[in-house]
Amino acid sequence: MEMIDLALVWAFIIGFGIIMYVTMDGFDLGVGILFPFAPSEQDRDTMMNSVAPVWDGNETWLVLGGAGLLAAFPLVYSILLPALYIGVFLMLAGLIFRGIAFEFRFKARTSRYLWNWAFAGGSTVAAFAQGVVVGSYIQGYETANRVYVGGALDWLTPFTVMTGLGLIAGYALLGSTWLIMKTEGRLQEWAYKISLPLLAAVLVVFGIIGVWTPFVDDMVRNRWFDNLSIIWVLPVLTLLFAFQIFRSVRNRLEGMPFVATIGLFITTYLGLIVSRWPYVIPPNYTLWDAASAYNSQLFLLIGLLVVIPFVLVYTAWTYWVFRGKVRAGEGYH
Amino acid sequence: MELDPILLSRIQFAFVVSFHAIFPVFTVGLASYIAVLEGLAFKTGNQSWVRLSSFWTKVFAVVFGMGVVSGIVMSFQFGTNWSNFSQATANFLGPMLSYEVITAFFLEAAFLGVLLFGRNKVPPGVHLFAAIMVATGTFISTFWILSANSWMHTPAGTELRDGVFYVTSWSEAIFNPSFPYRFAHMVLASFLTGGFVVAGVSAWYLLKGREVEANRKALSMCLWLLLIVAPTQVVVGDFHGLNTLEHQPMKVAAMEGHWETGTNVPLLLFAIPDQENQTNHFEIGIPSLASLVLTHDKNGEILGLNEVPVEEQPPVAIVFWSFRVMVALGLLMILFALTGLFLRRGDKFWRTKWFLQGLRVMSITPFIAVLAGWFVTEIGRSPWLVYGMLDYSAAITPSLTGGMALFTLIGYVVVYSMVFSAGVYYLMRVLFEGLEADYEEPESQTERPKRPLSATHTKFEIGKTNGQPASQGGH
Ligand code: HDD
Ligand code: HEM
Ligand code: HEM
Repeated sequence: MEMIDLALVWAFIIGFGIIMYVTMDGFDLGVGILFPFAPSEQDRDTMMNSVAPVWDGNETWLVLGGAGLLAAFPLVYSILLPALYIGVFLMLAGLIFRGIAFEFRFKARTSRYLWNWAFAGGSTVAAFAQGVVVGSYIQGYETANRVYVGGALDWLTPFTVMTGLGLIAGYALLGSTWLIMKTEGRLQEWAYKISLPLLAAVLVVFGIIGVWTPFVDDMVRNRWFDNLSIIWVLPVLTLLFAFQIFRSVRNRLEGMPFVATIGLFITTYLGLIVSRWPYVIPPNYTLWDAASAYNSQLFLLIGLLVVIPFVLVYTAWTYWVFRGKVRAGEGYH
Repeated sequence: MELDPILLSRIQFAFVVSFHAIFPVFTVGLASYIAVLEGLAFKTGNQSWVRLSSFWTKVFAVVFGMGVVSGIVMSFQFGTNWSNFSQATANFLGPMLSYEVITAFFLEAAFLGVLLFGRNKVPPGVHLFAAIMVATGTFISTFWILSANSWMHTPAGTELRDGVFYVTSWSEAIFNPSFPYRFAHMVLASFLTGGFVVAGVSAWYLLKGREVEANRKALSMCLWLLLIVAPTQVVVGDFHGLNTLEHQPMKVAAMEGHWETGTNVPLLLFAIPDQENQTNHFEIGIPSLASLVLTHDKNGEILGLNEVPVEEQPPVAIVFWSFRVMVALGLLMILFALTGLFLRRGDKFWRTKWFLQGLRVMSITPFIAVLAGWFVTEIGRSPWLVYGMLDYSAAITPSLTGGMALFTLIGYVVVYSMVFSAGVYYLMRVLFEGLEADYEEPESQTERPKRPLSATHTKFEIGKTNGQPASQGGH
């Protein structure tokens, strides 16, 4: 009866969900990270308005990620969350403050600066925490008998701090290229100006992480260096995308920098996945070890196949409705 | 002092879920009310309906926004603090929670924007449709989450193998024995919440003489609704209790403060349960009535708490008193609904001061009743998470230390108090401004769907409203 390898199907679905979340919530978190550095208060209004209509939908993908992991790979859910206990709390607290700031900042006057900080701080903390998750995944988790047995702060190492900073830089770049696409005038000028330094920062941090990673874990090293394999295509592509960002910013293209940044994220993400495939809880458990019961995966898959197309159409439609430039002074009162 | 991670996690779970619960229970009821108002506006074209709907949509937006942020926390709570529980139950609970996301949350997100900001942008029919879809979304959400919760109380359609539950029948698991009762009871509770809040706010405006025409209509509608729903809730609650007696007799024994198995059991109106000595003090009760209510026979035998070892008894006093609070408030609600009916003679219901004052106070009672109800349900289940099968100690995250749990508990308390006092404060501002506040749609491209709170134009600080009659607020 178990004809299809459902665990594999679900690995693709969850992988897709994660990259959807990372790129979509990535740019709006990035806008939050850049918030304090904006040229003026009026520009901050514009920045916030550029992501306001979509951030809430973007975050629903995170909720789907949590529930989907519980349904399809309960082992991942029940090891990752305890292992990252404090980090998860920080991420949630960051997301709460940020979500609330979206709503209250436009209504506030005297207390506005507080909401500015809530928005920027919340976004930065959430981005850092997510970067730490990536780093801890490369590092691996201490497990025994299908439960996490490590300590409360095992996730916090120099390496994960580096990946945390890396994701902050990456999200900031997504944010600045998004602003190039969505704004004009002085704000767009500013976004052009900061994009190249941000790109440099991303390349430096990603470079450090890239060199460091093989030393963190043997398996990852073997995967990349044992025999020169096809997967080297990925870092090459990443560099090509980086070059594309550089070129398009220099040439003042508006849409290309953002698209190329997404490309850079996707190739980096794939690189991460191939480093560990098929382990989902390194170093001990593969995706097949972590899968839930076959009929549970099937039961949810059926519903998902019916519903997700609608969700995608709707998401695309929202972005279509809000296409075009966001102008200063528009949309707040 | 040794910090107990289990106790701290229970307190934390109770805190975050209680906080979350008060928002949805209101939005579920209010969403339906708004859909009805939209329907009336669509059919009659009467401006009063449009104004009421616009106003309550603003309130809805604020409450909904707070439901969303507190809900995101909920979806990670199972994994952080109860990871063994997650692993054991994921085969069933995982698909339930995921179905909630894909069928309810995305639907609500899709149509909320149109409901909040689309009045002048889409044809009236589409706007009405959006209102109906949002209301539908909230019911779908209730369906899945209560199915999951009910299964934990009355597990069915699953078998336990090597510490993991496997689903053998999806329909039996989803429609488990306590689910129909709990779903009905919860939906009615949401209607009562929506009804009493709208009634209370309308009564308050009427006392101030503001927007009399529209608020009288609103109050009248609510009173009709409450007249039907409040008594129905008691009946459903009774059935719910009988169902619980069948599946969780120890919970009922705790609700009744009943220590020893016996016949002719009295219904206690007052008592101070003493768990240590396994007895009650200062009992005041009606002889044989509990037997009569629960078994429909005066001589019926009811199991007492002495059937199980003391460690397996739920904490009796909390369950006992929470139950009495819920039932007393339920009866009080009926009293108000009946008074409203009585005052319709001579069209007095919207002019009688003491009645309106009373309704104002009543608007917080559904929240108290709902929390009390959940306390009965959840604490009465103790020490089981999946009734009779999985207890707290088997469910807790093994690596969790007391210090970690305490850290996040304090963290959530601090974060929630800051964020939600801002939210509630802002909600008060919306209420002070009332229906008179400008309900124009923002015309710009930029501030539109999916920003729940931005449907409102109220300024955050008192006195900073742009030209609105804030002085009428009477603060
Ligand atoms: C009576 C109904 C009810 C109950 C008992 C619960 N919820 Fe809920 N929940 C809703 C009814 C609801 C809702 C009305 O549908 C909300 C409010 C705002 C929203 O988006 O949906 C919601 C929001 C909401 C969200 C945010 C969704 C979003 O981002 O749009 C999550 C993740 C959860 N809930 C999860 C939970 C969990 C894990 C619960 C149990 C422990 C729970 N809810 C109890
Ligand atoms: C939304 C309204 C809800 C409220 C107000 C509520 C309230 C509570 C309370 C007060 C406890 C503590 C019991 C104790 O410590 O003895 C508890 C426990 C628990 N509830 Fe609920 N509950 C709600 C819904 C749910 C739902 C829908 C689920 C499942 C999907 C759920 C799952 C649990 C779990 C796993 C526990 C165990 C953790 C603990 O004991 O603290 N609850 N709940
Ligand atoms: C006087 C009439 C009422 C009776 C007899 C009654 C009965 C009950 C019983 C027996 C339970 C426990 C179910 C269990 O064992 O799990 C319960 C739970 C609950 N009650 Fe009531 N109830 C009444 C009124 C109300 C009112 C007025 C509200 C709210 C407005 C309310 C809200 C709840 C909620 C939210 C729960 C927890 C969820 C659930 O298990 O359904 N009840 N009720």
